[in-house]
Formats: sequence, C-alpha cells, structure tokens
Amino acid sequence: MTGPRIPELSNVSTTVLGADEIILNMGPQHPSTHGVLRVKLKLDGERVVDSECIIGYLHRGVEKIAEHRSYQQFAPYVDRMDYVAAVSNGLGYCEAAEKLLGTEAPIRARVVRTILTELQRIASHLLWLGTHALDIGALTPVFYCFREREEILKIFEKYCGARLTTHAFRIGGLQYETYDGFEQDVKRFCDDFARRIDEYETLLTENRIWVGRTKGVGILSAADAIALGVTGPVLRASGVKWDLRKAMPYAAYDQYKFEIPTRETGDTYDRYVVRMEEMRQSRLICLQAIENIPAGPIMARIGKVLKPPPGEVYHSIEAPKGELGYYIVSDGTTQPYRVRVRPPSFINLQAFDKMARGSLVADVVAIIGTIDIVLGEVDR
Amino acid sequence: MSHLLSPSIMQLVLPVLYAVVIVAVLPLLAGYIVLVERKVMADMQARLGPMRVGPHGLLQPIADAVKLLLKEDIIPDKADRLLFWLAPLVSVTMALLAYAALPIGPAFQIADLNIGLLFILAVSSLGIYGIVLGGWASNSHYSLLGALRSAAQLVSYETAAGLGLISALLLAGSLSMKDIVLAQYDQGIWFIFYVPIGFFIYMVGSIAETNRAPFDLPEAESELVAGYMTEYSGFRWSLYFLAEYANMIIVAGIATTLFLGGWLRPFASSHTALPGTSIELLDALPSLLVLGVALYCFYLAPKQPVKIQKLVMAMAGGLCLIIAGALAGALLAPPAVLQGIHGAFWFLAKVFAYIYFFLWFRFTFPRYRFDQLMRLGWRFLIPLALVNLIATATALLATREWGGSLFLYTILADAVTLAVAMFLAKNDEVDSIVPVADGE
Amino acid sequence: MANDPSEKDPVSKPPASGAEEKPVAQKPAEPSQTASSADAPKSADVPAPKPPATTTPAAPKAAAPPPKEAPPKPLPLDNELVQKLKARFGDAIGETTLDRKQAIVTIGAEQLREISRYCRDEEKFDMLVDLTAVDWPKREKRFDVILILYSFAKNERVRLKAHAGETEPVPSVCEIWPAANWLERECYDMFGIVFEGHPGLKRILMPDEWQGYPLRKDYDILKQDTDWVRENLGIESAQ
Repeated sequence: MTGPRIPELSNVSTTVLGADEIILNMGPQHPSTHGVLRVKLKLDGERVVDSECIIGYLHRGVEKIAEHRSYQQFAPYVDRMDYVAAVSNGLGYCEAAEKLLGTEAPIRARVVRTILTELQRIASHLLWLGTHALDIGALTPVFYCFREREEILKIFEKYCGARLTTHAFRIGGLQYETYDGFEQDVKRFCDDFARRIDEYETLLTENRIWVGRTKGVGILSAADAIALGVTGPVLRASGVKWDLRKAMPYAAYDQYKFEIPTRETGDTYDRYVVRMEEMRQSRLICLQAIENIPAGPIMARIGKVLKPPPGEVYHSIEAPKGELGYYIVSDGTTQPYRVRVRPPSFINLQAFDKMARGSLVADVVAIIGTIDIVLGEVDR
Repeated sequence: MSHLLSPSIMQLVLPVLYAVVIVAVLPLLAGYIVLVERKVMADMQARLGPMRVGPHGLLQPIADAVKLLLKEDIIPDKADRLLFWLAPLVSVTMALLAYAALPIGPAFQIADLNIGLLFILAVSSLGIYGIVLGGWASNSHYSLLGALRSAAQLVSYETAAGLGLISALLLAGSLSMKDIVLAQYDQGIWFIFYVPIGFFIYMVGSIAETNRAPFDLPEAESELVAGYMTEYSGFRWSLYFLAEYANMIIVAGIATTLFLGGWLRPFASSHTALPGTSIELLDALPSLLVLGVALYCFYLAPKQPVKIQKLVMAMAGGLCLIIAGALAGALLAPPAVLQGIHGAFWFLAKVFAYIYFFLWFRFTFPRYRFDQLMRLGWRFLIPLALVNLIATATALLATREWGGSLFLYTILADAVTLAVAMFLAKNDEVDSIVPVADGE
Repeated sequence: MANDPSEKDPVSKPPASGAEEKPVAQKPAEPSQTASSADAPKSADVPAPKPPATTTPAAPKAAAPPPKEAPPKPLPLDNELVQKLKARFGDAIGETTLDRKQAIVTIGAEQLREISRYCRDEEKFDMLVDLTAVDWPKREKRFDVILILYSFAKNERVRLKAHAGETEPVPSVCEIWPAANWLERECYDMFGIVFEGHPGLKRILMPDEWQGYPLRKDYDILKQDTDWVRENLGIESAQ
C-alpha cells in the first residue's frame, strides 16, 4: 500500500483500482482544508503527481466595496479578510491610510497597537497550532490552544468590545483608551503563557510520531520561496531571515528587542518550530511594551472627513500569515479610488503545488495546514 | 430438582446462560465504554464531556443507541446489497464469537477449549473480512482505500501481536486460556514481569489491531472521512462500532489473561489469612478498593454545583457501597462463589485498566501516516518480537538445563531485547523520512 | 529613496510663530512645480485641518498646535535606479515619481518583460511582492498594471507601472517570478487584462463562466443583476 519510493517505478504499473492515475478531489467541504478550499490532486497510488487549488468560494468583492466606502467606513471590512487575526489587518490598513494622509499616529497609539497586534499574532498562531495538530491526529492540543486564545480574546473584548472582528484601530490612532487593568491583564497572560508553550512543546516537539509526520514533509527551498513571493513564517523556515518588523519597522517595533526565528530546511517541522518561537518572541515584545506605555494623545488630529491628496501608497506589515500589504490609490475624494490588498495567504497558497508534489496523500493535509491559510484572506 | 442441577445439564445450560449474559451485556458495556472514553477525553482536554443526557451524561449511550436504531437506513445506489448487509454482520459475529473462550472467572467461561487462545486469535482475524467486505460493498473510492489500508494494517500487526503473545505462551505451556491463568497461579507471578517487552509488543499490536489511535488512519476524519465505515449509517454503523469496542475488550481480555494474571488477585499464590479465620487478607482488597471509590464519591458530592448532581454523586457512592458490601459478603460465601465474584472483579478491573491506556494513547499521540505505520510494524515490531521470543525461549531453556531462577534469566533476556529495540528504533528514525521526489 | 516608513517626514517640526500661514500659502505655489503624474489633477483641498490662524506670538511652541506637515504629493524622482533604467531602456521608461516616499517608475507595457528581467537579475529585485491593476476608464490606455518589487539585498521596494489599453495584451512575467502566476490570473479575472505567455490564464476568484470583469469602473452590477432576474425569474428586480 505504500507508494513507490523509487521514482522510476511510478511510471510502471497500474494502481490497485485499475486506473493509471486517480484524481482525488478534496472538495470545498472537507474537515481539513481550513475553510472553503478545493484541492484537486492527481494521485499515482498514494503519491501526489500534480495538484491544483481552486479558490474563490469565499470571494466577497472587498476591493470593489472599498471603492464605494469612505476610508473610515472601509476599516471594519478589512477585519473580515483574515478573520483569525483581525487586529493585524486593521493595523495594516490604518497605517496605509495614515501614510496616504501624510500623518502618523501618536506614540501612545503606536505602542498600544503593537501590544494588541502581538497578542493577535499569538492568538493566530495558537489557532494554527491547534488545527494543524488536529489534522495530523493529535486530538488534544487544540483544546489547550483555544483555552489560551480565550484569554487573549477576553482582553480584546474588554478593550474594544469584540473578540474576533475587532476594528480595534482607527485611521490616525485609536478610538478607545486602554481600559483600567489592561497592563495587568496582558502581564498576567504573558507570565502564564511561557509555561503553556512549554506544555504544547512537551506534547509535540520531541514526539516521534509528530516528528515523523512533519519532518521532510512539504519542503520549500529558499530560492523557491523567494521566487514564489512567499513571506512570513514559511519564508523564515526556509532559511531567509527576513521580517518586516525589523526590515521596515512600523508601529513601535523599532523600540523593542526581539529575535527572528529562522530555520534551514523549510519542511513542516521547521515551520512548526518557527511559529512556536514566534509566539515566544511576541510574548517578549508584549512584556517590553507594557513596561512603559507612553502617555499622550491616542489620536492624531486629522479631522472627521478624510480626503487624502491624490496619489498612491503601498504599505505592508508583518501579519501572522506573512506580508500583508495595502496599496491604496486616492483621487482626492473621500472614497479611495482603488484599494488592493496583498494577501499573504493567497500568495503562500501558490507554493502548495511545489510543496505537495511527490508527497503522499496523508501529507497533503499536513501541508495545507502548515502554510497557515485563511480563506477569507485568500479570496477576499 | 437435583436432576436439573446434574453436571450434564449444567454443562449444557451454563454456557448458554453465560453466552446470553455476554451478548446481552456487551452492547451496553460497549456503549458505556464509549461514554467513559468521552469523559476521559474531555478530562484530558480540559473540558467536561457529555453532561446533559442524564446526570453527568450517564444516559448518553442509551440516547445514542435509540438515535441510531431509529435512523434511516441508507444504502448507496450502486452498492452490492448482499455484501453491504453482510459485512457488519461478519465483523460483529466474529467479535462476539471470540468471547466464547475468554475466561472471566475460574468458572465463568463459555467454553474452556484446549486451544482457547488459538481460537480467539483465529476468530478475531476473521473479523478483518468484515472490514474488507464493507469497504468493497460501499462502492466508494474512500471506503475501498480505507478498507484495504485497514486490512493491511490489521494483518501486519496481528503477526506482531501474535509473536508477542507466544513469549508468554512459552511460559504458560498451554493454549487453554484457563490453564494459562492457572500457570500464573502456579508460578506465583504474572507473566508481565517475566516478559514485559512481550507485553509492550502485544499492547502496540493490539492498538493497531483495533484501529485505535495512533494507528487509526483508516478511520481518521480528516483523511478519508471515515474509511470503510463512510457509507454506513444508523444501525449498520452501530454494528461496526460494537464490533470495534468488542474487539477492544477481547484484546484487553487476552492481554489480561496472558500477562496480567487473568482473574487472579495480586499475590494470588500467597495465602496469608486473617488470624482465626480462613479469610485471606488480600481478598479484602476488592471491597476496600470499591469502598475507596465510594468514599471519593461522597467526598465529591457536596462539591457539585447543582443539586441533582449532588444527589447523583451520592447515589453513585451508595451504589459503590453496595458493591463493596457484596464483595465483602462474598468473603463469607463458599470458595467457588468467592472465586467467581472476586475473579470477575479482578478480571474486569484489569481489562478496564488496559482499556484506559487505549484511551490515554488516543488523546496524546498524533496519528501515524500509513507508510510509517507499516514500517513500524514490519521493521520494528516483528523483528523485536522475534528477538523477544528467542530470548525468552533461551531463558526457559537455561532454567531447565542449569536450574536457577527463571526470573533472573528473563531479566537478562529482557535486557538483550531492550538493546535490540533501541538499535531498531535508531534505524527506523533514519529511514522514516520519505524523500520528496521533486516533481519538476 | 526606499519605502522607509520609519523615516520621519522632514517637515515635522512645529512651525515658528506666524508660520501657520506659510504652509497654507505655500500650497498654491507648489502644484505648478510638480510633474503631473498620470492621475487626475490634484485637488486644491487642504487635507489637514489648520490650527486657528492666530497671529499672536504668544508661545506658539506650546505644542498645542499639531506639527504642520506639508500634505503629501508626488514629486519627480531621479535616483540611481532610475538613471540606470533610463540608460538601459531609454524611451521605455516614462515618468518616475516619488509619492509618499515610495518610488514609482512608469514604463511601457511592451518592454515589461525585459525591464522585469533586468530588475530581477541586475538590480536584484528578487521578489515580486504584488501584481495588480488600476482602472482609469477616462484615459485612453485605461489600465495601470502595477508590479511591486522588493530587493532583499538592498531592502528596497520599487513600483513599476505599465499603461495598457483595454484590448492590449500585456507580457506575462511568470517565467521571471513564478509568484506572478495567480496574481496575473486575478488581474485577468478582475479587469480583463490578458497576459501573453501565461501558462494557464483563466479566472481564479470568480466562477469560470462569469461574464464581465468586476473591478472595472464600468462594471454595472446593478444592471447585471436586474437583467439576470428578468431573464431567469421573469420579474422586475426590486433593487
């Protein structure tokens, strides 16, 4: 039943079912495709010979909508793209709009934005870890991850009233001051969290079965990754030490010390290690940030009606999934002329074919999980 | 009346009675094992599990059974109707048939075959037909793939498990299940202490045989929906399900009989009696254990948040008290009755402990990929089982030739086997990475 | 001249007393100096609210008025990269602007592939960050095909902008950056821009048989909807 490991044999015989190749459709409804993703696999026995991702099931025309809303009105829409990490979407959009306007949020707003975005990064990685482990068969980590994620969502709820699609930031800064007890809540979470990551690592990192399921699976070389435009933890696991928070710092990231975890091989295990380490680093950033949130205004003085002068801007941030970019073209009116979202999941998903070729069917599920896609962002 | 109780009539009636009891109790037992599994799973996952249907979810299995019985019977259009109907029957029949030779107590056995172990293993293997037929009859890609994988996995791990069993069998000297337990009584030690590695091999093999995690790729939801069971719904599915859990109990029963002393209590051969009576001290263990459980229930009862839960916890405690009383009362009964009741208690306790490990592994480990699974079976477990077999045989021979303690010889044998195991595991690690062929 | 968001805008110091008038006064003079980009003429609106125009010299540095920054506008760009491109490709390079401190190079669509190859190989822009389009229906060549490139070595971004007409095919850059595969499919899907040389140009987000190109400005979804309802349901849509 194992697929032939010697390449030339795969040309030889027919499979058990009497056909040369099967086309297996992992349809839009499938427990492991993380949303409505359709993957067509051409199989030779158990080996994937070719694959095609069919997307668009969640396309909602966000970019078209943007052309008919004012800048502030469009801000809640961006949360719905990568709905797992809504705060980062908001950060990217608000900063892009601020650049378009030629302003910058005040320092207090930037620091609070940093804290919330890093908490959101931890939450996004936790969800990724839980679902990825579940796909591979570890039934327990998902519950632990969601228990931690719950703490973060509670902080978000106390801050801006929403857990998932937060609309936490506004163009020019923040709408809400941090609530009483914000620093304590974040500190308590961060103090507790180091032990929790250790808990997940105990269950998974050294586990023979986990290592066997993830090492050597879905390898993406650095050259391929760069050529395919892949960014985020996938790129870092392939060996390219690059993070927008260090390369082109935004918000308040230039004030904090943190590492960029990188690995060499670019297989699923490396991506797992990179994301685990990123969670730890995010925790460190939060701890540094809450030590000293500067006082001051939380909103820049930009007025209620935003009419950026004509022009265009491209601004991107390091979202949990990769480089999330906003390309906004303004024609001088209150509504943007064009908003283009550079979705990291969409571009990372292109690399799926490269990673999946030659692997076994059981690995396809692991590979989809390890790219960490959110269909809301892939399809917009 | 005495002619009714004459041995010849008893020989006919008792097995039938036992069979009826087992067939009647088994579905209920399997259902409650599912509930235990869900509660244990929930506990390991920091949540509560079924709580609504009945206090603490105790009526959940009943609700599930009723639901399954009332479900619409869907047969896929192009499915082979005869085989579709037959397949779950084959599985369940074979699973239930294996109970014929399982010794739950010294007298509680439907048939004391002199090839009892062989019979059970053979009949369990026939259960694989049920899986393959089910996958074929469903006329679906997914099901067939799942069924074939399942069959391949079962056959491979059956071999390994069987070889693991033989090492204990050598020590017992007989295939009759009853004699195996009696051999452990005679030698005064459970065979797990002689061949722990054999036990380990059997345990791994039995997990794979029952399609449990980490070897449950054929039924994993995220892979192939439910494998060979995909197209089955309602009562037919519950038959497969019953077969799976019945199989679990069977393999637990085999492990208990061979390695854990069957119905024997710990230290069965030492008979320290209470002064002045013929009641043995260690025989008080069952009632003490159950008493402990009862006290724990009473301790937890006031802590429950809701009144009905307090009540139910207290009632559970009361039930345990009654059972403890019954077990204690048995101490005063004639030895046959005592052995029967306490034997059943110990057997069931060991079976449940073994099954608890099954549950524990399911929620701790990720799933093996199919090729890794097969590699583990053929390149690690079977060679290890062979080495274990030879080592144990050597130890036995040494005892016979040179005298001395079998225990010491088996320690040596186990050390050698352990060394081989580590060597094989090291090898396996290196090979298990499948090189990804570059498709371009 | 990279896209460096951490670099502070040069005009960010609070103005000296009486200088509140200056930025306002400066504005009308500037528009005549800037090279016009292909966009619509800039509006004369003041984007940021002015602090109260008071001529009192009383402590203007009291930090109460926000720092007055000149509103951002595109400026002509002539840096090393632009010079090399102009030297190599001459006429194919149109105007080059620096908008919000980001470099934009307008090029002719026919030379897109060669310029891209040059950028990747010689100038080390090894990553294609994004490939998209903007629709300016009133222009003759209505589409702006935008490529955003990034160089790891130089930590620099550049934006290539190619004008393309409605029926004009644009050379595909898939063989230069494989990342362009889906990005070009999306452009085709949303705008109808045909990329020549693409290995499999078909719709990606919309269903395969969809008519129309959604992100075009004249994509009348209301009309499509009422037509569909009329055809298929036989009633007048109430939209």
